[in-house]
Order: sequence, then structure tokens, then C-alpha cells
Amino acid sequence: MTSADFSTVLPEVVLATAAMIGLMAGVYGGKDRTTPVMTWAISGLMLLLAVWIGFGGSGSRLAFGGMFIEDPFSRFAKVTILVSAAAVLLLGQDYMQRRDLGRFEFPILVALSVTGMMMMVSAGDLIALYMGLELQSLALYVVASLRRDSVKSTEAGMKYFVLGALSSGLLLYGASLVYGYAGTTLFSGIMLTLNEGVPLGLLFGLVFMLSGLAFKVSAAPFHMWTPDVYEGSPTPVTAFFSTAPKVAAIALIARTVHDAFGGIPMDWRQVLAALAVASMFLGSIAAIGQRDIKRLMAYSSIGHMGYALVGLAAGTAEGVQAMLLYMAIYTTMNIGTFAFILSMEKDGRPVTSIDSLNMFAKREPLKALAVLILMFSLAGVPPFIGFFAKFYVLKAAVSAGMAWLAILTVLAAVIGAYYYMRIVYYMYFGKETDPVESRMDGVQWSMLMGAAAINVLGVINMFGLEPLAAVAAETLVR
Amino acid sequence: MENLLSIITFIPLVAALIMALFLRGEDAAAQRNAKWLALLATSATFLVSLFLLAGFDPDNTGFQFVETYDWIAGLKYKMGVDGISILFVMLTTFLMPLTIASAWEVENRVKEYMIAFLVLETLMIGVFCALDLVLFYLFFEAGLIPMFLIIGIWGGKERIYAAFKFFLYTFLGSVLMLIAMIAMYFDAGTTDIPTLMAHEFSSGTLSIAGFQIVGGLQTLLFLAFFASFAVKMPMWPVHTWLPDAHVQAPTAGSVVLAAILLKMGGYGFLRFSLPMFPVGSDLLSPLVLWLSAIAIVYTSLVALAQSDMKKLIAYSSVAHMGYVTMGIFAANQQGVDGAIFQMLSHGFISGALFLCVGVIYDRMHTREIDAYGGLVNRMPAYALIFMFFTMANVGLPGTSGFVGEFLTLVGIFQVNTWVAMVATTGVILSAAYGLWLYRRVVFGELVKEALRTIRDMDRREKAIFAPLVAMTLLLGVYPSLVTDIIGPSVARLTSDYQSAAALFEAGSRLAME
Repeated sequence: MTSADFSTVLPEVVLATAAMIGLMAGVYGGKDRTTPVMTWAISGLMLLLAVWIGFGGSGSRLAFGGMFIEDPFSRFAKVTILVSAAAVLLLGQDYMQRRDLGRFEFPILVALSVTGMMMMVSAGDLIALYMGLELQSLALYVVASLRRDSVKSTEAGMKYFVLGALSSGLLLYGASLVYGYAGTTLFSGIMLTLNEGVPLGLLFGLVFMLSGLAFKVSAAPFHMWTPDVYEGSPTPVTAFFSTAPKVAAIALIARTVHDAFGGIPMDWRQVLAALAVASMFLGSIAAIGQRDIKRLMAYSSIGHMGYALVGLAAGTAEGVQAMLLYMAIYTTMNIGTFAFILSMEKDGRPVTSIDSLNMFAKREPLKALAVLILMFSLAGVPPFIGFFAKFYVLKAAVSAGMAWLAILTVLAAVIGAYYYMRIVYYMYFGKETDPVESRMDGVQWSMLMGAAAINVLGVINMFGLEPLAAVAAETLVR
Repeated sequence: MENLLSIITFIPLVAALIMALFLRGEDAAAQRNAKWLALLATSATFLVSLFLLAGFDPDNTGFQFVETYDWIAGLKYKMGVDGISILFVMLTTFLMPLTIASAWEVENRVKEYMIAFLVLETLMIGVFCALDLVLFYLFFEAGLIPMFLIIGIWGGKERIYAAFKFFLYTFLGSVLMLIAMIAMYFDAGTTDIPTLMAHEFSSGTLSIAGFQIVGGLQTLLFLAFFASFAVKMPMWPVHTWLPDAHVQAPTAGSVVLAAILLKMGGYGFLRFSLPMFPVGSDLLSPLVLWLSAIAIVYTSLVALAQSDMKKLIAYSSVAHMGYVTMGIFAANQQGVDGAIFQMLSHGFISGALFLCVGVIYDRMHTREIDAYGGLVNRMPAYALIFMFFTMANVGLPGTSGFVGEFLTLVGIFQVNTWVAMVATTGVILSAAYGLWLYRRVVFGELVKEALRTIRDMDRREKAIFAPLVAMTLLLGVYPSLVTDIIGPSVARLTSDYQSAAALFEAGSRLAME
């Protein structure tokens, strides 16, 4: 029994152990001198785990009395999380070293928070859910204020912590209500209770839980922390925030609503639809006035969470599939974009203002072309896969009978297209000034180019992700 | 040849890739290589597309050269042409080498310029060949990106405003179409265009939020597609992006925009609106007809008031597209034949007119009409060619412009005499602005100091115009070349349309009683 349980959570155990060994090595070894080795080792381990999880298991298994679920859905989400976290770690390595931020804690904290995320997407119980979420969040609060001598970074960490604690409070309150009315913390148990009728208190609990989770995915109206945290944190940390934690949190929402509250879809679908509409429009409209590319990416990620939530709001297997594909595509686009943002500098100092991109295409045509592809893909313009990401969610929304939501989605996408195109505009036909320099190491260069290539070539067959996501979604929605 | 259409579609893209990856440097040699490679690729595309024309059987009204492969999301990669689309493919492949040749004197970022045009060609051909809704949408929308860059990077002073306006206008129009496409997928269970053309979308009255929508789903779908194609066409009153885009775009960009990109709207009406939503089209055709009539008269009057040559020709394009929508929604053999003919002929004529403006713009760097006058004294060859295309634009018998206008007017006369009457005044107005423009630019004494040293057209420029003159004349005196190819397909389209519309009318009359 126990050995079977442990073999199910082995990947998580391996990653957590590796993080602790890394911590020891860092403290007793050479402190920050070990950072590059540590970064590479942990990224490599994450990639290995991704391969292991991706190709290893099949079917669904429960561990620890149903508290931990290992199924195609969690595997899809875990692979996305691990790959993107590994990519982001490598991406920021050079930047961190040159900006005097090469602390050995960074890869370790990332590994710990990834462990939390893996826990989240596998949670089959309210306690397990909360444990995973807090492990992830606590690690993230610390990395947000990684640059200890900067007021902005400290502020970012502080804000993130206070608002994050508030959202955890909401979530816990909701969970306690659900427990109170359902009499169990197991998702499957809650599901059974719902068959016998829906107490009002349970609905309250559901709404509180969704609000708490909406904080974590930075869906409007719970998004306030996002721009400040994105702007204040060191750029590699921002890149991390915008990818893996988002995948984990939205997968957790999917898990909760379908596994625990699958019996009352109408009640949570409208909440998710409202969150989606608010996020899409806020993300599109508020980004227009931004001058700082990191703040812009913050609003962009709010908007993208809105689009992904449209898929969930459909409440069908097709919708979950759309959400999973959306997140996988979104992470790819964001990794590429951040590879570029990390490389922006002038006279050796990092710059993040958008107008510094003026006429960048003249200096570096190839990089500019890659960014152009990513921007149009983020905007959802065909023929790039960003379009297909939106196409899947639209299809899910329409076939679930939510044509109005689909119409609002495309309207938000048109508004959103404007600010992505503004970046293209600065790069290709802005004013003739001295453009920003872009200094990249090999990793960043290949990530930028790789992401752009994926965005173009993915159109051919999505690299076979589609059937995998379909299987993942079907196990979740029965 | 099984994959002929894919080969034609993707030759330019492959050339663009080769150029992007293997052509380095900014010096004169690299620029020359880029131009020659682009010219070679577009010419090769044209030559290969001749096989398409040769192998096409006009009497077969179905799709030919069909190729199908599985794709993502339950979609198919499906290409094919019928009598309606094949000539648009030919128009595109025919005009692209001329466009590239007209851009020979560009010096700013030549390689990128050529890549943009090559990519654009692939996307334009793809639009006319796609037989899957989403594939169509993909090509249709993606074409915005290279055009956005062409206007934005190589355009005139106000290029940024024009580029954004162009992009956002057309993007907004087409996302509504995307929703409609998904709704169609949901309703019919397929995105295959031939199947959808046979599918009958429900036309029962729907009630949404208290509004009774006659024609139901068909009307709604029609409106969504109409939003996209009307902007693309462009129809009055959503035409305002076109003059801005035309004026700011570089010459070659204007040529492609006027000659090919605008035709996508008309093609869309013929491929989607009429065959798939006959009831919706029938119910709303009076609206479209009147919008077209207003467009013809109003934009012709606006053209009269222009002081910028390109803007004048742009407004004239809007007016001529008015004939096209009018002919399409007359929905009879002459009307639709005429609309297609008008689109092809407008492709040659408006393309040539923009090239004419380009010729003197290259020399004087102004498009103001007042800056010219008396050009005939220094540029006899130019005066002749400009005269020819002005006349063709007016619709002089013997040129292709006449055939198109005449057929559409014959078509509309049978359907709605009042609209025909209003539209006919457009013929007079187009003569007014066309000839007046010609008089102010070409005739008169050569008094402007700056014009005294202006050169006549060189051999390259004459060579570009020669094929256009030939095609305009050929189609003008021998229109059966076109109507023989499109005729059977159009006949089937219109008869299907008429019977569906008649069925609906009989049904609603029955319901009344």
C-alpha cells in the first residue's frame, strides 16, 4: 500500500529531495559560486522528470486514499510545468550572473515551487490542494524579492505576499465551508454529496474557493498584484511567474471544478465566464497605455488567462482540452518573448521601456522577425499557433452554447491586437533613434528562435499535442 | 499533377524562405539578387499556373485539382478550384511578376520588401484555393501581416496611421466571420466548403432578446460574413480605410491592394454568402444593392473633389467595386458573370493606373495633381498609356472595363430598375473624374519649372505596362475567353440560389396564409 503510494509520487519526491540536496550543497559548498552548476542540474532534472512523466505512466492511479491523483490530465499539466520551468531557469541564467543576482537560492526555490505545482495539479483533496498551493506560493514570494537591495523588488515581494495571503485566506474559508457542508475534504466525496442536493453554504464555499484561485491565475477582478509584481521582480523571475505557476493554477481550477463540483456545472460556469470576460477586456484595454514592456506582459497574461478561462467556462471535455492547449501554446510564446525581453539593454544596463525598441528591426532583422512572429501569435493572428489556441477555446464556447462569450472573446482579441502591434510598429517603423541593444547568450537566442519556429511550424500538426490534450481532458470530464 | 495547387501556392513562400535564410548583406549585389530571385519565383509561379489553366475543364462545375490531407482540430487541408476561383488564381500569378518589376527602383530594405511580397502572394493564392473554412480564414487573415508591414515600413508620411487603420478595420471585420465559421461548424459538423455549400442552414425565424429575425441562422451568418467581406471589398460606408491605405502604401503595395486584395471580398461573397446562405442573401440583397448604388454615386463624387492622384484612383476603385457587389447580388447569370469580369478587369486597370501614378511619383516625389500639367510634351509614351487606362477605367467599349460594367448593369436591370438607374449615372461620373484628372495632369502647356527635365518611360516601365495593355484589350474585344470558363459554374451557382430563395419565399407566403 504505502510503497505503491510512494511510487506514485516518486517524481515529486525526487524533485523535492534534489532541491534539499541543492540547498545543502549551496550552504556548505561555495554559496553563489555553485549557482550555474545548480541551475543546469536542476533544469536537467526537471527535463528528465518531464520525459519520465510524459512517457512513463498510463491510465489513472490514486495514492494516499485518493488525496493524490495521477492521471493523463495531471501528466499533461506536469510536463508543461516542468518543461517551461526548466526553460525559464536556463533563460535567466546569463542575466542573473551579469546583474549580480546569481544566488544559488533561485534554482532551489524554483524547484520547490515546481514541486508545489505538481502537487496542485494532482490534488484530489482540499488539504492536498492547499498544501501544494502554499508550497508553490511561499517559494514564489521569496523569489519575487530576490533583488534584496532594490526597493521595487522588495515591494513586489511584499505586495505579492500580502495579497497572496489574503487569497489563501479566501480559499481556506471557502474550503472550510465546503468541508462543513459536505462533511469530507475528498473531491470524490464532495461529488457524492452533491448528488443528494446542493446546500447553499456549499455554493458559498465554491465561490470563495474560485475567488482565491482566481488570485493565483491573476484573473480580473483579482489581478491587482500582477503589474506591480511583474514590473518589480527581476526579469527572469517575471518570466517564471508568467508561465509555470499560471499553468498550475488554472489546471488546479479545472481539477477542482470538474472533480469536486462536476455535478453542478451551471453554478461555476457562470462564475468562470464572468472572470473570463473581465480578464480579457481588462487585459486588452489596460495594456494599451503601458510604456513598460514588463507591465505590458503582465496585462497580456491577465488577458490570456481570460481566454483560457473561456475554455473552462464551456464546462466540457472540449473546453478542458482547449484550455490545456491554450496554456501549452501560451507558455511557448511567453518563453520566447521573455528570452527577448531579458536581452534588452543599453550601455550594459537593462531597459524595459517599449519606445527603446524604435527601429530595432534595422539593427537585428532576424531577432526582430522572431519577435514579430511571437507578437502576432500572442495577438491571435493566423497563421501562427496563437490563433489556433484561440480557435480551440472559441470552438469549445460555441459548441457549449455560449456564442455570446465567443463574440466577446473575439472583440477583446481585436482590442488586444492593438498593443501587440504597437511593439511591432516600434520595431519596424518607429522613429529613427538609436535602438536598444540585444545581447543574448546561446540559450536565449535558441529559445527565442525556437519559440518563433514552433509558432510557425506548429500550424502543421501541433506537434501531436492535440490528441494528448484530448485524452487528458476526457479523464477529467466524465 | 496531384499537388499542382499546393505547388503554385507555396513556390513564392519557398523563395521567401531561401531569401531570408541564405541571402546576406545589404550591398547592391545582394539587393539585385533579391529582386531577381523574387522575379524568378513569381514568374515561375505564373508559368506553373498556366498548367492549371490548361488542365481545367470549364464544363465541370465541381471542384477540380482537389487535394485533401488531415490537419489539426478536426480540420482538413483541402485545396481546389472551380470556374469561379481559377481566374482569380491566374490574376494573382499574372500580376505578381509585374508588381515585383515595378518595385525595381526601391532601395530601402529591399530583401525584406521582396520577402513581404512573396509571402503575400502565397497567402493570396491560398485564399482563392482553400476549400476548408478555417484554412480559408488562415490565408485571408494572414495576408494582413505582410500588407501591414508593406504599408508601415515602405509607405508615405502618414503610414503608421494608415497601417493601423488598415489592420484593425479588417481584423475586426474578419473575427466576426470567424465566429460565424465556428457556428457553421457546430451546425453542419464540418468545415469542408463543398459540403457546406450543399448543407442547408436553417432559415426559420429566430427570436433573440425579443427581436424577430427573419431568415434565422442564415441571416445572422450572412451578416457576420458580410461584415468581413464588406470591409475588404470595401463597400460604402466602411471604405474609409482604403484611401488612407492606398495613399500611404508604396506603388507596388497599392497595385497588389487594388488589383488582388480587394477581390477577396467579392470572391468571399461568391464562395460563401450566395451558395451557403441563399435565404439570408435574398432577404438582405436590397440593402446590399442600395449600398452599392450609393457607393457608386457617392464615391465618384468624392473622387471628383480629390487633389491627390492616388486618392482619386482609390475612390474610383470603391466605385467600381460597387458594380461588383451590385452584380453579385443581382444573382443572375449576367450579373455574376459581369461581377467576376469586372473584378478581373479592375485588377488590370486599377493596377495599371496605380503604376501610372507610380511612374511620375518616382520622378517628382509628389502625388498632387496641381504639381503636374502638360506632361504630354515631354512624355508622349506615358501620355498614351495613361490615356488608354483612363479610358478603360471609364468603360470605353473595346476595353475590358466596358464589358464588366455593361454585364453588371444588364444583370441588375432585370432585378431592380431603380438601382440600375442610379448606378448608371456612375458611368458618366467616372468619365468626369477620369478625364478631368487626365486633362489636368497630361494636357495643357508645360509651365511647371520642375517638369522641364522629366524623362519619359524607360524600357522596363514600358515592359511592365505591355502585358496589362494586351490583357485589357484582349478581354475587351473577346470577353468569351473569361465567360466560357466561369459560365457553367456561375450558371449552377445562380440556379441553386434562385431555387433556394424561391422555396423560402413560397414557404413564408404559405405561413402568412
